[in-house]
Amino acid sequence: MKRINILSAAAMLALSSQQSLAADISVEIQNLTHGLYFTPIAAVVHTPDASLFEVGEAASTELQMMAEGGSIDGITTLATAAGADMIANPAGGLLAPTMSASGDVMTTDGNLMLSVVAMILPSNDGFVGLDNWEIPTEAGTYTVLLNAYDAGTEANDELRGSGEPGMPGMPVPPPLDPLLGTGGSGVAGADTNATVHIHRGNIGDDSMADGTSDVNNAVHRWLNPVAKVTVTVR
Amino acid sequence: MPNLIKHYKKVLLLALPLALSACDDDDTREVIVEVEVPAPEPTPVDVSYEVTVVNLTNGQPVSPPAIVLHADGNLWAVGQVPSVELERIAEEGSSESFLTLGLASAGGDGPITPGDQQTISVTIEDITDAKLTIAAMLGNTNDAFTGINAWDLSQLAVGDSWTTTRPAYDAGTEKNTESAATVPGPAASGEGFNPTRDDSGFISMHPGVVSFDDGLSTSALTVEHKFDNPVIRIQITRTE
Repeated sequence: MKRINILSAAAMLALSSQQSLAADISVEIQNLTHGLYFTPIAAVVHTPDASLFEVGEAASTELQMMAEGGSIDGITTLATAAGADMIANPAGGLLAPTMSASGDVMTTDGNLMLSVVAMILPSNDGFVGLDNWEIPTEAGTYTVLLNAYDAGTEANDELRGSGEPGMPGMPVPPPLDPLLGTGGSGVAGADTNATVHIHRGNIGDDSMADGTSDVNNAVHRWLNPVAKVTVTVR
Repeated sequence: MPNLIKHYKKVLLLALPLALSACDDDDTREVIVEVEVPAPEPTPVDVSYEVTVVNLTNGQPVSPPAIVLHADGNLWAVGQVPSVELERIAEEGSSESFLTLGLASAGGDGPITPGDQQTISVTIEDITDAKLTIAAMLGNTNDAFTGINAWDLSQLAVGDSWTTTRPAYDAGTEKNTESAATVPGPAASGEGFNPTRDDSGFISMHPGVVSFDDGLSTSALTVEHKFDNPVIRIQITRTE
């Protein structure tokens, strides 16, 4: 009887490891941009049916909270509820231009997909994103380049304002404060795409005192890609 | 084969004193002489590559590309402080000093205008696993450059080709004012290399040029000089 139990346990282990092997991985995120900051990063390893965002679909309120204000509290709640493994805020705050942050995680069986999100500053609701990237099972180092997305939840007026979900304007934490202008009249035009989409980029202007935008057009524009994710599977 | 030759020689020299002693001559001493016959020097084998660079931009001349083959490590990388040699390429398009950084190198013959291309050959002896680094300035900018960093050439057998496209990088050594005084390309003919570093200090992706037309009032550039990624296509072929 005991022998049978051991045999069946071994068989179950073999079966489960074939389908969804737990993995020891590290995830490094590098900010490739010349002048943008990333807010606290959420790197989430989850099941294939879970998702933090989908292009062409409206953002969840949790994603909106991250993209408009940089808070990953909502994402953390989602991840916990979904049984995901998470590297939360590996940079310990803002990730400055060209800097890197990394974290290690032992993934749970069945959590096969990596998603990464962080708000980009200055922006109204821009974020860097990796959506359901399948973690390779073979040991090695893999790199993925990420684009900047617009959450589609807030008009890109490019003015100093609020990081609260649903409130207009951009949050301005201390390192950004001296770099941004004031007194802009607002970049005209509402966002016509209310779903998650590729960000059109900052427009900005060259005035620190007026103009249409509080963003500096010679410093805070970008071209994709904006981030590099390096995943090491051990 | 060289070992066999050496062995044969040694046996011959040993046999000679033995033959002499057989003549019963007491004055003859047996001397064993070992002569190391050097193995023949192998002829160096040339390992050659052709690198073709195509300018994909609308209005950015690409400076003569610097092609450098080197050992492990980076000659430049995003997040690193740029070398002065790279700064000279990114601010002025001058590759002379950068070309001295590796084991073998070759520089382009003049700038590559938009839509044009140039093929550059580079040869190294015996080494098939060198790293390939390329750097070239986008001329109508302050310090934008493009290229590739430490690509592993061991992936290419003779006759193999690899093609990729590359984005624009910012050397981080000069503010992107786009002013007539600071852009050296034909759009402004301003200053080239300046040892003062007044920007971020780190290599990053380039944010793109703003231009006067798009709201930078101090800019000498027009919409004609704007670009998006990628800015060049490169093809690398191992020819021997």
